[in-house]
Amino acid sequence: MSRGLDGPHPEARDIPDGRRSPEGIRLDPQNGADHERHRTVISALVQHEPGVLSKVSGLVSRRQFNIESLTVGSTTNPETARITLVIEESQPGIRQVETQLKKLLPVISVRELGGDAVRRELVVLKVHGEEPDKVHAITEMYSGTILDAGPRTITVEITGDEQKIDDAIDAFAQFGIREIARTGQTALARGEVWTTDAEEERYERTQTNDSQ
Amino acid sequence: MSDHVSTVHTDEQSTTTAAAETRPDEDSISVTNGAEAVVTALENAGVEHLFGVQGGAIMPVYDALYAKQDLTHITMAHEQGAAHAADAYGQLTGEPGVCMATSGPGATNLTTGLADADMDSDPVIALTGQVPTDLVGHDAFQETDTVGVTRPVTKASYFADNAATVGDVVGEAYALAREGRPGPTLVDLPKDVTNGTTDSVPDGPTTPEYHEISETAAESAVKDAIQALSNARMPLILSGGGVIKGDASEELRTFAIEHQIPVVTTMPGIGSFPEDHELALEWAGMHGTGYANMAISHCDCLLAIGTRFDDRLTGGIETFAPEAEIIHVDIDPSEISKNVHADYPLIGDASCVLEQLRTAMDDAPAASQWRKQCQTWKEAYPMAYATPEDEPLKPQFVVEAMDELTPDDAIVTTGVGQHQMWAAQYWTYTEPNTWISSHGLGTMGYGLPAAIGAKVAAPDRDVVCFDGDGSLLMTIQELSVAVREGLDITVIVLNNEAVGMVRQWQDAFFDQRRMASEYQWVPDFATLAEAFGAKGFTVREYEAVPDTLEAAQAYDGPSVVDVFIDPEENVYPMVSSGGNNAEFALSEDQL
Ligand SMILES: Cc1ncc(C[n+]2csc(CCOP(=O)(O)OP(=O)(O)O)c2C)c(N)n1
Repeated sequence: MSRGLDGPHPEARDIPDGRRSPEGIRLDPQNGADHERHRTVISALVQHEPGVLSKVSGLVSRRQFNIESLTVGSTTNPETARITLVIEESQPGIRQVETQLKKLLPVISVRELGGDAVRRELVVLKVHGEEPDKVHAITEMYSGTILDAGPRTITVEITGDEQKIDDAIDAFAQFGIREIARTGQTALARGEVWTTDAEEERYERTQTNDSQ
Repeated sequence: MSDHVSTVHTDEQSTTTAAAETRPDEDSISVTNGAEAVVTALENAGVEHLFGVQGGAIMPVYDALYAKQDLTHITMAHEQGAAHAADAYGQLTGEPGVCMATSGPGATNLTTGLADADMDSDPVIALTGQVPTDLVGHDAFQETDTVGVTRPVTKASYFADNAATVGDVVGEAYALAREGRPGPTLVDLPKDVTNGTTDSVPDGPTTPEYHEISETAAESAVKDAIQALSNARMPLILSGGGVIKGDASEELRTFAIEHQIPVVTTMPGIGSFPEDHELALEWAGMHGTGYANMAISHCDCLLAIGTRFDDRLTGGIETFAPEAEIIHVDIDPSEISKNVHADYPLIGDASCVLEQLRTAMDDAPAASQWRKQCQTWKEAYPMAYATPEDEPLKPQFVVEAMDELTPDDAIVTTGVGQHQMWAAQYWTYTEPNTWISSHGLGTMGYGLPAAIGAKVAAPDRDVVCFDGDGSLLMTIQELSVAVREGLDITVIVLNNEAVGMVRQWQDAFFDQRRMASEYQWVPDFATLAEAFGAKGFTVREYEAVPDTLEAAQAYDGPSVVDVFIDPEENVYPMVSSGGNNAEFALSEDQL
């Protein structure tokens, strides 16, 4: 073989035994790191400007993040909006979502919310109207509201955490769910903790502006 | 939600002038329309050169350039060439290279170059014309959703919809392109905005205040990293492109030499550490040296600086530096633990963090055994190639011959393929910013326009483009620009009458089924060069190589040397994709 280079054959080389996980973490038998996926909530305070939603959703799809839901809405400050993402990722994956989001220009601050965060989701579902009394009863059981009741369909609204919404949907299934719309979760940090880093400073700034 | 907001810029963003570095002299500068504001923003930023192609929607901006003495526009043959030229210019000057194109096809032609700059973190700002805002969304003539197309391949893409703020948007895009980890930005300029009346003079380039970059790493993190490095017995530095972009080559050299730690580089990091130094193991990865790949596979502590652990570097993650604790220095927090877990992340600017490490580190690691081991690998896996009489000219010889002829600060640019690997392997790079190539995107056709951008940025330095016959044919039209501008560059075509890298893979992994990889016929590049008004040479024999290269180099203007090389020559060492770096093949039968 004239083409090629000199040197020991791969089989004649000293090849190290160590290995890394697919996430690039050194496999150390003594402390097997946990790469399980967790479901978690990420909140981002963003500039309220054209295209911010498409930037965020483009990032999520391009980087193949596992996302359960994404909600967006305005805040009391007309310049900012809040985006709430529910993702299911390993610990390094969650850090990626945070740090990649932070790089987007309109994203002001980002944080993963703790397990104690206050989370809510709303669902609007439209069921067949043959058994209005039973529908009422179930709606009440889940502290929901009837939004529309006609001879053929009844539309109800339920708000709650993800588990409650799932349970309610199961309960309404007996009437036959014609259509359903879920908002996805939105959330705030619990208690005095600010949801993301920039909130306090921005809040104080709007307060000073208001008093001027 | 937000599609009702009418300006790109909130008040808050445009009033963040604290960091403005160039304040225009309010008395002497005035503007009358958006296009003049755009050009003024470029002048404020200190721009000297622009690369572009004219067209309907960008005409107002070109018109605003008409009377400008301080701005030189280089008309390129194709917008892709404009983007690559701006990319090389940006790398060499450290300031964003400016490229311009019209809407629609002009903008889509630019896109490849922007994606290239994005992958390699090169500072570029693109200005694209757009149809007037009232026609946007109506599929108007030459309308493309440029912001939508380019968003995934830029740091940021702006749609400017207001003449009064367009200059500030351009300033912000410029500042963002060079800030922190550099990259391309784009401003889409609807014709009614550039034609729109405004007297609003833009400020100097600034980025939004909340968008902070940390320059130095946390001291406690530095301490922990130093502890790990000092205790290492097999320490290794992996120097990436970030070291060159962060202007940290000097600091790296000092640190490595002071503590006698061997250095491998990534491909973009070529030149960040002198390859002729005894601590240098050259570059690691798919076609890196055997000794670099052995060292990276065996080290017990890897100080990685300004690298994103690309898969062409790491091979399979499972076997990458499998025994090493990793200290990862990067200015971009999202690079930390993206591909390879960082045991010690140090977020900050490469030169600042290297300075922090130098100050904090007292004891060099006890690594004399390890240095000896690295030396042994150097001897075991030499990059020596054979030149048998009965085989055609070897490309490696041509690369070495040209290296002999040129000064240390000569700039090499390349296309993509085997020739690129030989140019990286057989040229000895001793200074930063001497190796300009397309790494992350692997864009054939990069070499010639990059050479043009390089020569414009560094007119006093030699510029050599090693190209493949396939790669050159993708952007050869830019030769007209080199001739028109009188740019003294030397293009060396390592001509194997094939897309050789593809042919090599077919031989190795597709049972030698050479589908669509051999050209059967290629143009006579020397004659073609002459037709463009450049000087053409052809070489087939070893004996003629030195003299011909010398003549080409001596020619005052662009020259093309068509070198017929052994079409069967392959690039080694080679780590198969996803393979183990330590199991690099030295010839085809080892793959
Ligand atoms: C724009 C583009 N198209 C296709 C490829 C795939 N590709 C990678 S290397 C290569 C061969 C390049 O041939 P040539 O420029 O002649 O260089 P050689 O490998 O022969 O030195 C090809 C086709 C690419 N990298 N870029």
